Amino acid sequence: MISRRDFLQTSMAASAILGASGFGQWGRIAAQQSLSQDQLLEFDSFGNVTLIHITDIHAQLKPIYFREPSVNLGVGPNKGEVPHLTGADFRRMYGIDDGSYAHYALSSGDFTALAEGYGRVGGLDRVATVINSIRADRPDALLLDGGDTWHGSYTCHHTAGQDMVDVMNALKPDAMTFHWEFTLGSDRVQEIVEGLPFAALGQNIFDAEWDEPAELFPPYKMFERGGTKIAVIGQAFPYMPIANPGWMFPEYSFGIRDEHMQKMVDQVRAEGAELVVCLSHNGFDVDKKMAGIVTGIDVILSGHTHDALPEPVLVGDTIIVASGSNGKFVSRVDLDVKDGRMMGFRHKLIPILSDVIEPDKEMAQLIDDVRAPYEEALSEVIGKSDSLLYRRGNFNGTWDDVICDALRSEREADIALSPGVRWGPSILPGQDITREDLWNVTSMSYPAAYRNEMTGEYLHVVLEDVADNIFNPDPYYQQGGDMVRTGGLGYRIDITKPQGQRISEMTLLKTGEKIDPAKTYQVAGWASVNEGTEGPPIWDVVEAHIRKMGTVTAPENDSVVVVGE
Amino acid sequence: MQLTRRDAILMGAGAALVVGLPLRAFAVTGDEAIAAFTGGAEVSEGDIKLTAPEIAENGNTVPIEVSSDSAAEIMVLAMGNPEPAVATFKFGPLAASRSASTRIRLAGTQDVVAIAKLEDGSFVKASSTVKVTIGGCGG
Repeated sequence: MISRRDFLQTSMAASAILGASGFGQWGRIAAQQSLSQDQLLEFDSFGNVTLIHITDIHAQLKPIYFREPSVNLGVGPNKGEVPHLTGADFRRMYGIDDGSYAHYALSSGDFTALAEGYGRVGGLDRVATVINSIRADRPDALLLDGGDTWHGSYTCHHTAGQDMVDVMNALKPDAMTFHWEFTLGSDRVQEIVEGLPFAALGQNIFDAEWDEPAELFPPYKMFERGGTKIAVIGQAFPYMPIANPGWMFPEYSFGIRDEHMQKMVDQVRAEGAELVVCLSHNGFDVDKKMAGIVTGIDVILSGHTHDALPEPVLVGDTIIVASGSNGKFVSRVDLDVKDGRMMGFRHKLIPILSDVIEPDKEMAQLIDDVRAPYEEALSEVIGKSDSLLYRRGNFNGTWDDVICDALRSEREADIALSPGVRWGPSILPGQDITREDLWNVTSMSYPAAYRNEMTGEYLHVVLEDVADNIFNPDPYYQQGGDMVRTGGLGYRIDITKPQGQRISEMTLLKTGEKIDPAKTYQVAGWASVNEGTEGPPIWDVVEAHIRKMGTVTAPENDSVVVVGE
Repeated sequence: MQLTRRDAILMGAGAALVVGLPLRAFAVTGDEAIAAFTGGAEVSEGDIKLTAPEIAENGNTVPIEVSSDSAAEIMVLAMGNPEPAVATFKFGPLAASRSASTRIRLAGTQDVVAIAKLEDGSFVKASSTVKVTIGGCGG
């Protein structure tokens, strides 16, 4: 266990390293930090209701590094609005000092140096400490999990989500909603949900055949806490069968269904709810739009797009709270509810700095127990990186560059495509890559690395289609996530144009030739949503590549030219 | 007995008369079909609601619903389909609920349009863009 003194010493040591590596200013600032667990958790209790929000854990049980994006462009009404501010712009917006722990946790810029100083983030044993501390202050606080919990690691895959179910059950959430959980397949989801000791909510989870609410997932649950009647309405990811393989859960239909949401809000108000909370996996911009359409929601706890915001965003009388991803943050929201109305709120986004927050012993033991059968496979070193490997960014991430290199080389393809997902921790330069690290960025239930022939015309259609899912100016037409990553293929994108006109100058990088619409190219990719996709699992492909390389490098990637930022 | 939506749909099938449009040798454009339905009368906003998904989960079977308190007939069109006219629902004066739901096939991203002929003879319109996508990857 690292005490506060150890942490300071770690910072001092880091500052010496940083000084030597030319980031002296951060070294000095880091040395001046005197962070403690008490400081991170400091909170003046407010009002009579407390909500605790955690979301998009993606099965990260242990502390990790996670770099926030430096490119996250907003379009239409969201251009230049949070969460579409990054790096220094984000810090100026919120008055965050350069080099501070908030800089490290919340924004990009000097990530490697700050990571060396501040250490890893997350770890559900630390999260347990934070939740226990909030509950000590407010015993009847509601703990709400926004979903994307039972997906994203080696152990989660090999236990079909059971590791996460066991660990989360020990945290005793009050309710949860869903997204990647459904990629376990509907039978497994049903098996788990039927045994959950808390509510599995989704007002927009419908029976696909009859288009009526699915019985397994109630739309809402009423709680009575602090003398207040609270309704929590679930909102699952609306575009599950489109963004993920619908054939794995054909019984279900989703969608935003904001009219049904309004109906549920009216219903819970009629049942006497004094506070209406929406536990959402819509994504931030969709939540913002929904908050302007549906009336009567007091708080939206927002997930899916992995944004971490130090303050709630207000839309009318609704506050929207975004709590990051990968176990990196827990939000505490205290509310004053009087006479059936939310009178005020106090909020804190608590970064889980793993060297500062002491792990909860029982939870640490439970996590070690669920991992024990896999420990040998998890810890095996398969190579090293001499670059910072990360995923987040609208157009590329260095981890995806490595994956695309692996696909092109191992599958002998001209072009590689890798999905623009936002989960997956980072690797620091010089760090070993273990099998666990590799699975953290590739684990899924449809991992086949295919090799197909595609015409230049079809490639253009694919890029245009994905681009519209991100840059359609109407958030209701956005699925969240980022642009499909391309290896061996460069292009120009104008994000302000309509679908069909955004992508131009597609270039085959190995020859420098323009992509010919009529010509056929060998394309390798993974995570296809189509049933029957064939190929070896992506983790085998990337592991083979990394072993051959020994040390992987991800140089600056300038193959995508972006216009209209 | 509690009425579920499922029961209501089955009962509604009797109340709403679905008129399949006659097959034609040549496709009629959406605007032509609208003109034929309205007789060229002005179409305004008003008592007509169209519910459709923003993004279709399956373009081959997209659930849509139309409703209006005062409609005598509601015509549904998929403006981007080779044959845009989908169906016309007629409601008798005793119809308890003037709503209908069905599933339509969409050839691609397009506007779905519902035009109601109200009991007073005026026409109102609602429109919704439904995106048909090849899908991919989420957060």
